[in-house]
Amino acid sequence: MRSWIAFWNILNKDIKNYYLKPPNISWGIIFPLSWTLMQLIRSPGGSILELLPGLISMSVLFGTTSMLAVTITFERSGRSFERLLLAPISLNTLVLAKISGTILFGLFNALVPVIFASFFVDLKGIVWGVAFFAVLMIAITSSLMGLLIAVSAEQVFEAQTFSNFFRFPMLFLCGLFVPIAKLPVFLRPVSYCLPLTYGTDILKGMINATNTLSPALSFAILLIFAVLLFVVCRYNINRKWIL
Amino acid sequence: MEMVSVRNLKKTYGDVTAVNGISFDIRRGEIFGLLGPNGAGKTSTINMIIGLSRPTGGDVAVNGIDVKKQTKKAQALMGIVPDESNLYNEMDGFDNLCFCAALYGMRKAEREPRARELLEQFRLTEAGKRPFKAYSKGMRRKLTIAAALIHSPKILFLDEPTTGIDVESSRQIRDMIVDLKRQGTTILLTTHYIEEAERICDRIAFLAEGRIVASGTVPELMDRVTRGHAIRFVTDENAESLAPELQSQFRNSEVTIGADHSLVMETENRQALLPVMQFFHDKGIVVYEARELRPSLEDAFVELTGIESSVMKKEKEKGGR
Repeated sequence: MRSWIAFWNILNKDIKNYYLKPPNISWGIIFPLSWTLMQLIRSPGGSILELLPGLISMSVLFGTTSMLAVTITFERSGRSFERLLLAPISLNTLVLAKISGTILFGLFNALVPVIFASFFVDLKGIVWGVAFFAVLMIAITSSLMGLLIAVSAEQVFEAQTFSNFFRFPMLFLCGLFVPIAKLPVFLRPVSYCLPLTYGTDILKGMINATNTLSPALSFAILLIFAVLLFVVCRYNINRKWIL
Repeated sequence: MEMVSVRNLKKTYGDVTAVNGISFDIRRGEIFGLLGPNGAGKTSTINMIIGLSRPTGGDVAVNGIDVKKQTKKAQALMGIVPDESNLYNEMDGFDNLCFCAALYGMRKAEREPRARELLEQFRLTEAGKRPFKAYSKGMRRKLTIAAALIHSPKILFLDEPTTGIDVESSRQIRDMIVDLKRQGTTILLTTHYIEEAERICDRIAFLAEGRIVASGTVPELMDRVTRGHAIRFVTDENAESLAPELQSQFRNSEVTIGADHSLVMETENRQALLPVMQFFHDKGIVVYEARELRPSLEDAFVELTGIESSVMKKEKEKGGR
């Protein structure tokens, strides 16, 4: 069985059917742009470079979690997802194919604030290679969280509601708006349980050199999160979708 | 080796038992029908065989492959048509078929000609360029069947293939199913249309409340409810007055008067026709028709399952036909 053919075609179908649709493209552009403008208006005279790590992280987080949870729930409610479950491909291939499209969408989302910022500030000082991998890891972990939501939701509106339940608290706890050191003591351990904290910290390091953790440690932790989330998603799909 | 072997298969959802220890085999190249009303356990049974649902107990093997242990290997041999047409609305017919082929690892050079071939076979060549959401119910059903055949499966599972579609499309689908059998494909069909099962299935299992109540060929199932033999004679005038005389002439018979100048003669053993025809001839009565009355599959279903055929007919109406 040539699994790569199935993998490529699932990815290709998702990109064509969902991610390249005008509402999603416009959402992928407008959402990060709105956040960027909102942040600039909120702190006039603030440095775009200081805002950039947070804007990139938020754009990726919202783009990936929304899209995967909604598209999978949509396919499940129309029962077309059954086709994928009944195909002679492993659950690992299926999960990887489904999250790959979302990861690409997340990377596209991340580009928007970067392009916007490039009109105003010099981005030469940014360590692009490491920053790219940080964005990639944020996209992977966020996509897997989106998948985790999709497994629990029956309807599209449920998926959207569940997404917001964890996305918004995550935004305020991962050090984007309030540095973790300034959070109440009892909330700090929670911050360190969120993958976004580590992704944002790497980006802060690569863009402004204001990271608090070593990038190597953050990457290692993000990798552990990715593997754990993948295993949990796979287990949940097997348990909940193969009744 | 049987194509499908089901042994003591059981499925419970909480306190509800959907399938209660059923066993059956499907032979290679036959059309096997699971007939029962909604809620009888047909879809639960199919879902366990195709690996979409885990059995609570029992075993399923497809072409000798244990479905529980080697689900994906078994699924590679199957073509599946679910009870709802579940292709992708945004994609056109051709792309839907190509996508389904790709899920089975078919390369572009293999899948595109095969998709065109199936579109032609199912008379959907023109529709192949239109998005699936623009299809009528009958066309959706046909494309879903074509999608299940794209990788030339050894066994085809059809869950209520003609429910809710127009008469013409239903007839075309039935013809297609018979053609597929001729080409050597094994088919498992679930339906609540008794006459559909009677028309196309080689063997049928009656399913009620999660149990197989009876199974066999159509004649075998009918024989199980046949008691004695009955012949209906349609004559040229009211033959009511002849009934007692006919009964006394043929001593082991019971003659009843039917509608439209007819008499029904019931005997324990088969009755030769010539003496009876001679009797009518001697009385100067012309016989237009003499037909052996056999119970229908519907009669067999009602008697063996205890489910009134009206229940099935109501479901048929709900199905939109």
